[in-house]
Amino acid sequence: MFRGERLVLRGVSFSLDGGGALLLTGANGAGKSTLLRAVAGLTPLAAGALFWDGAALRPELVAWLGHQDAVKTALSVAENVPRKALAAVGLEALADLPARFLSAGQRRRLAIARVVASGRPLWLLDEPATGLDAASVARLAGLCADHLAGGGMIIASTHTALDLPGAQVLAL
Amino acid sequence: MRALIARELRLALRQGTDSAAALLFFVIVGTLFAFGIGPDPRVLAVIAPGVVWTAALLAALLPLERLFGADAEDGTLDLLLLCGLAAWEIALAKAVAHWLSTGFLLLLLAPVLAAMLALPGAAELRLLAGLVPGTMIFSLLGTLTAALTLGARRAGVLMPLVTLPLMIPALIFGTAAVTAPHPGAAFAFLGAILCAALPLAPLGAGAALRAAAE
Repeated sequence: MFRGERLVLRGVSFSLDGGGALLLTGANGAGKSTLLRAVAGLTPLAAGALFWDGAALRPELVAWLGHQDAVKTALSVAENVPRKALAAVGLEALADLPARFLSAGQRRRLAIARVVASGRPLWLLDEPATGLDAASVARLAGLCADHLAGGGMIIASTHTALDLPGAQVLAL
Repeated sequence: MRALIARELRLALRQGTDSAAALLFFVIVGTLFAFGIGPDPRVLAVIAPGVVWTAALLAALLPLERLFGADAEDGTLDLLLLCGLAAWEIALAKAVAHWLSTGFLLLLLAPVLAAMLALPGAAELRLLAGLVPGTMIFSLLGTLTAALTLGARRAGVLMPLVTLPLMIPALIFGTAAVTAPHPGAAFAFLGAILCAALPLAPLGAGAALRAAAE
């Protein structure tokens, strides 16, 4: 797998069953984000393939949480993410506030709410806990556990501890 | 795709400065010509088609740098590419939103500017009839070059340099549609450019978006 001209990852292989989670660990620059972008289909694989139930993995199956929160500051909170998803991250009281007034941690929670609202089976979370306080990290872990209990899958890169019981760990 | 266009328009409405700046730019450039050349209505009427077309072209360029740039900066572009729409559909939605928030508004202002430049009524109708496909061509080709220059250093400088030469045919036939004694051919060429740009520009822009997201 290349990023620019540089070979970032080679010989990576993993498999996930329904309800399974995979934590990507490794130093900064180890290729965690690159691997996530490749799974999402944003970055092409130089060699190899990704399969979902024996067929090619389609982007419609993927819910993406990148480094950036993709929050549109000109819109209100509820215009960024459907209103019914806000309760999951404790932002329902701020629904009508313009998103530019949100703190970095609140924007992160809004981006997490978007993942929850997507209803897609495979969550790809790139450093999901960045900027979150302890209570929000616990809430995020709860949301992840609910998703896994419902048969969903999660691949998350993390260097802070995210409590996902039973998760496989892939050290890059 | 309709939802994406609606969202783009809502963003354009909230950050009204982009559209407003393009419209003001259009009027001011047109007015500067009148100041620079003098008040003789015969001279103004001769230059009016070219001035209105050129001003519309330059005004349409203004919002293009932010067309994908804002989405690339805040991470929205990744989400758009994963939303289930093909990349060319995203590009087409962006082009439609750009036309509705810029080109269409320029069309509404163009008669005012044409009248200020003393363009006779019949010519004004032909000017507007040409600007309808013309502004659509600006939006489509502009979307293409905005996607192509996405992520480039000094994209704001590079983008007009790539875009303007592509727009020259539309400019030539657009003004010819007003000034030529038999404008049918000019209109046909404008239509042909639009027909070519309609499939090609979104396809090219979509491929460029994918490349930029890598």
